[in-house]
Amino acid sequence: MSILINKNTKIITQGITGKTGQFHTEKCQEYANGKECFVAGVNPKKAGESIFNIPIYASVKEAAAETGATVSVIYVPPAGAAAAIWEAVEADLDLAICITEGIPVRDMLMVRNKMKEKEAKGGKKTLLLGPNCPGLITPDEVKIGIMPGHIHRKGRIGVVSRSGTLTYEAVGQLTELGLGQSSAVGIGGDPINGLKHIDVMKMFNDDPDTDAVIMIGEIGGPDEAEAAQWCKANMKKPIVGFIAGVTAPAGKRMGHAGALISGGADTADAKLAIMEECGFKVTKNPSEMAKLLKAML
Amino acid sequence: MKIHEYQGKQILKKFGVTVPRGIHCTTVDDAVKAAETLGGKVWVVKAQIHAGGRGKGGGVKVATSLEKVREYASQILGMQLITHQTGPEGQKVRHLLIEEGADIQHEYYVAALTDRATQSVAMMASYEGGMDIEEVAHKTPEKIVKVFVNPLVGLTDEQALTLAKGMGMNEASIPQCVDTLKKLYTCYMETDASLAEINPLIHEADGTVKALDAKFNFDSNALYRQEEIVAMRDLDEEDADEIEASKFDLAYISLDGNIGCLVNGAGLAMATMDTIKLFGAEPANFLDVGGGATTEKVTEAFKIMLKNTKVKGILVNIFGGIMKCDTIATGVVAAAKEVNLSVPLVVRMKGTNEDLGKKILKDSGLPIISADSMAEAATQIVAAVK
Repeated sequence: MSILINKNTKIITQGITGKTGQFHTEKCQEYANGKECFVAGVNPKKAGESIFNIPIYASVKEAAAETGATVSVIYVPPAGAAAAIWEAVEADLDLAICITEGIPVRDMLMVRNKMKEKEAKGGKKTLLLGPNCPGLITPDEVKIGIMPGHIHRKGRIGVVSRSGTLTYEAVGQLTELGLGQSSAVGIGGDPINGLKHIDVMKMFNDDPDTDAVIMIGEIGGPDEAEAAQWCKANMKKPIVGFIAGVTAPAGKRMGHAGALISGGADTADAKLAIMEECGFKVTKNPSEMAKLLKAML
Repeated sequence: MKIHEYQGKQILKKFGVTVPRGIHCTTVDDAVKAAETLGGKVWVVKAQIHAGGRGKGGGVKVATSLEKVREYASQILGMQLITHQTGPEGQKVRHLLIEEGADIQHEYYVAALTDRATQSVAMMASYEGGMDIEEVAHKTPEKIVKVFVNPLVGLTDEQALTLAKGMGMNEASIPQCVDTLKKLYTCYMETDASLAEINPLIHEADGTVKALDAKFNFDSNALYRQEEIVAMRDLDEEDADEIEASKFDLAYISLDGNIGCLVNGAGLAMATMDTIKLFGAEPANFLDVGGGATTEKVTEAFKIMLKNTKVKGILVNIFGGIMKCDTIATGVVAAAKEVNLSVPLVVRMKGTNEDLGKKILKDSGLPIISADSMAEAATQIVAAVK
C-alpha cells in the first residue's frame, strides 16, 4: 500500500507536448511501472497524434473516458495552468497534480473556490496536489512529477514537504540509512494550494504500510501548526519535523511565493515550538532528519 | 512588487476611491510650484520611499506657508530616511508628494489581503487607524473587524456594512465608506494585488471619506498581465544585487552575515542558511539557482555573491536530481576560475552523478573543499572563515 497513487494508477498528462512535459513524461515512463501508468496526454491541437507511444486527446474528459485514467499531472505554463486544473476537476478525476510554478495567486483563489463550490453542490471532489510542487512518488511503483526517481527506495516511511529539493534531501538521507519510503509527497510552495500537510498526515496515519513520517515545512502560513494540532490528537505514528527559514528575515519572499513571514506565527521558531509541543521530534539541523527518525523506530 | 504612495493613490483614484489632491515632484522648486497649483493654506510634504513609518522618521511634514513647503521639501528631498522598515542605513528620498491639507475628524484603518487558511480575500477594518496595525492586532485584536470574501461572489453590501459599522465609522459617512470598501476590493482583485492598505482612511467634517495613504504589494506571478503596474516599478527602491540576479532568473536576497551560499531549490536554500547559523556563523545571502543551473548562471551567481564585500567564504549545496552533479561541478569550476575566487569554497553535492562531480572538483586544481552532508559543509566553511 501507499497513499494516493500506486502501480495501477492510470495517469493523464496535461501539457505533455511542451518542453517540460515531454522531458518529465519520458523520465516518469522510465521509472518502475511508468509505461503502464501514463496512458494519455492532452492537447486540443494535437488530438489523434501520439508522443512516446502515449495517445493525445482533445480534452481531459475525453482522455479519462477513453483510458479510464483517474489522475492527471499538469505541466501547462502559468497563464493557463489554473484553467488546466479546472478542466481536470470538471472531468471528475480523483487527483490533479499541478507541477507548474508561477501561477497568479488570483487564478488559484478562483479555481480553489470553484472546486469548493462544486463539492458543496454535491459534485465529485477532486483532490489537488500543488501547484508549484515536485509531485509525488510511490517508490518502485510509480513516479508522477519531477523528482529524481533513483534516490528513492521502497519502504515504510512517509515524507511530506512544501519544498522539492528538501524532500529529496530527506529521501536521500533515509535511503542512505536503509530506510525506504512508502510515499513521498511534495505539496508545493504556493500560498493558495490544494492538499496541505494535515491532509497528507491523515493519509499516512491511515496507511497500514507507513510506520513513521518526516514532515518538512517552511516559514509563512498556518499549515504546519494546523497539522501539528491534528497530529497531537490523532496521529499514531512517530514524526520528525523540520521547518526551513530560521534565518529568513521578515517581509521578504524567500523564493517560494508562500515563504514569507508576515506575522509572529509564521516564523520557523514559532512553528517548531508548536510541533514540539504536539509530540513531534523536531530538529534545527536538516542533516539529521533521517537519523532522528531511525532512532524513534 | 511595491510602489510609491503617490502611485497607489493614482490607482485608488482610478477605481473611484476619494484621495486628496496631490502632485508628485522630484525637485524643491517643483514642490513649491505644486503647492501653488493646489492652492489653499495647508499642504503636506510627504517623502516617497517604499517603506512604512515615514512620519515617525521625519519624512512627512505639514506646511502652513509656501516658505515652509520650500523648507520642508529641501529638508526631505535627498535625506536618508530611516524608519523601522528601512534598516539602520535608511533609504534615500528621491520623490515627494505635495498634497492639500485634509480636515481630519478621525483616522481609520482598512486593508485587503489574501488569506491562505480560508483561501479567500480578507478585508480588515479598524477604528484605530494612523498607527502600526500590527501593534493593534497584537494588543487589542478585538478592535480589528474582519470579513472573508469569496472571490466568486465579491464583497457583498452586507459584508461592507459589517466592516463600516464594525470600524465605528462616522454615521453620516457609512454609505460612502461602504462604497469605498467595495471599490478597494475591486481594485485589489483587478490589479492582482497581494496587499492593499489604506492607513489612515479618514472622514472629514462634511462627512467625506478619504484615503490619506495607500500601500500596495503586487503578486509577482501576475505582473505579466499588469503592464500599468509594472510601469510603476522604481528600481531605485530595490536592492541592486537582487535586480541583477533576477535578470539571470536567480532568486537572491542579501542578508547580514559573511558566508555566501548558492543552493538549488528555495527550501534547501533556507535549510542551508539555517545550518550555517546552527554551526556558528551567519549567511550573507539567500540564493536559489533553480532547476536549470547552467555554467553561465552559476558564474553570475558567484559574481553577485562576491559583490558583497562582507563575504568571507562560499558554500555551494546542490541536490542533483534532474540537474546532474557533474554539470554543476563544471559550472562551479568555470565560475571560480572566471571570478578568480579568493575566498574559501566548500561544495556539497548529492544525487545524480555525485562521484563524477566530486572528481571534476578535485581535478580542477582549485582549493575546493568537498563535503558530504549539509552539516559537514557548514562546519567546514565556518572553520575556514575563522
